[in-house]
Amino acid sequence: MATTGTPLSALAHVVRSKNAGPTQLTVDIFFNDGAAYTQAAASAGLTAGAVAALYGLEAAAVQRHALPDILAMKFTMPRRVVAGSPGDGDVYGAQQHAPLLGLRL
Amino acid sequence: MTATTRLLDSHRAADGPLRILAASGQLGYGIPVQAFDRGLQRRPHLIGCDMGSIDPGPYYLGSGEMAAPAVMVRRDLELVLLAALEQGIPLVIGSAGTAGAGPQLDATVAVVRDIASARGLRFRLTTVRSDIAPSHVLDALHQGGLASIGPMPLPSDSEVLACTHIVGQCGTETLARALRAPTDVLIAGRACDTAIFAALPWMLGYPMGLCLHMAKIVECTSLCCRPSGRDAMLAELDMDGFTLESMNPIAHATPASVAAHALYEQADPLEVDEPGGTLLLHTARYEALDAHRTRVSGAQFRPRERATLKVEGASPVGARCVLLAGVADPTMLGLLPQAIATVEQRTRELLPGPWTLHSHLYGQGAVRPLPPEHHSRHEAGLVIEFIAPDAALARAAAGVFKQNLLHYGYPGRVSTAGNLAFAFTPSEVDAGMAYRFVLYHVMRDAPLDDIFRVESVDVDGTALH
Repeated sequence: MATTGTPLSALAHVVRSKNAGPTQLTVDIFFNDGAAYTQAAASAGLTAGAVAALYGLEAAAVQRHALPDILAMKFTMPRRVVAGSPGDGDVYGAQQHAPLLGLRL
Repeated sequence: MTATTRLLDSHRAADGPLRILAASGQLGYGIPVQAFDRGLQRRPHLIGCDMGSIDPGPYYLGSGEMAAPAVMVRRDLELVLLAALEQGIPLVIGSAGTAGAGPQLDATVAVVRDIASARGLRFRLTTVRSDIAPSHVLDALHQGGLASIGPMPLPSDSEVLACTHIVGQCGTETLARALRAPTDVLIAGRACDTAIFAALPWMLGYPMGLCLHMAKIVECTSLCCRPSGRDAMLAELDMDGFTLESMNPIAHATPASVAAHALYEQADPLEVDEPGGTLLLHTARYEALDAHRTRVSGAQFRPRERATLKVEGASPVGARCVLLAGVADPTMLGLLPQAIATVEQRTRELLPGPWTLHSHLYGQGAVRPLPPEHHSRHEAGLVIEFIAPDAALARAAAGVFKQNLLHYGYPGRVSTAGNLAFAFTPSEVDAGMAYRFVLYHVMRDAPLDDIFRVESVDVDGTALH
């Protein structure tokens, strides 16, 4: 992970994760303004492949949706464990945003 | 005359907007009264409440129990029932009792009947059952009509038969079929969140795209606002769009907050699959009317030739007992996973049997995988699940494991009096049955009219009054 660049927390005011059904996780990032969005969208740190690596997934497993109109980006990926099955640690998937917080873009 | 008859016979889109009051996104956790009352003062044409979700996990579908506390379920149901009957407007409740399975629908109806008796109420009640016979699922499975959503394998026949409950999400078209029967109160088993709020508007002739988009936003009440909350939300729908307004004056529906909500819990932000087709948000527009309200327009709907059905099923995996403990010794913290593996092995030698152990080491990556350098150096919380065919074995495994971990001798141990800190005893807690989702699939060509059974009855609680 890059150690230089702007921390994601300085560019975005919402970084959240939640189940999209019990088999998928979806992560939403809402950026502060157009400049922040543009910087993030152009960064190597927020490609589908980079986010997949952050979550220990193959690049093809992550779908990235760029939403410039609302200054947002969404990443949808498979859950490691189906929600609530033995071994799951986050039934709602609401704390899986954490790996993104250390990103520098 | 019933409330639906009154609405469907009298309201014409040309007369002005249709006002939909979303009272709750999770009925049973306490509907905030002030905002709900403000909503009622706006003379809504219907009240909708979502009562469930698949989010709380497989336990509720598997067990048939409600997630929300019974006392609050009754309080919230009474609040919305009295309001709807007083105003003579339809009340639509979906995903009854959390997962919308038969026992949960029945329990919800029982509470409603009880309220009717206690308050001397009289009304027409329609229910929609969402339970699916395993044979329907097996037919679909054998004919290749079952498709996975995300990484969920197709089930085996025995896995389908092991499900305690299987439900299907009824869509807007199904609820509309149910609402053609004159009624005052509709309570549906498992239902699409959207259907609760979209069915009556669609029956009145409003465009499906707008109905579904409106419904998708208001089903979470004021969650689409900034600051977000759980207060009642009002949508005013016309043929060209709808206006969103929180009934809490400090929760503002802004174009940004509303547009952002379209992403919530949604795999694809622009195309939302519904049973009868796909809601398309590529051309959706969000404009501020003022600081508090946002006007939304532009959503489209692409109908599907044959409706699809999302099916959900959960089966038991065993009885669960949970061990809760803390560790503060730095040496022990450094070797916790090995200590647990070793003690699990010792426990198996002492207590053979078909029990399994699942450890959650808080401070060491219980929530997400953590590299060792990020592990807490001060303390860790242990939540260790034991799952077995019966509660006695799960509890026995937890107890034997606990005692052996407490006194586990490891190289360099200085805390020879015990390795674990208990916040209370017994530190092993019976956690009831454990379940898992077996079904979360899309079924093609499902016999929707056979599956979703609609019944209407007169509820008369006036006898004692």
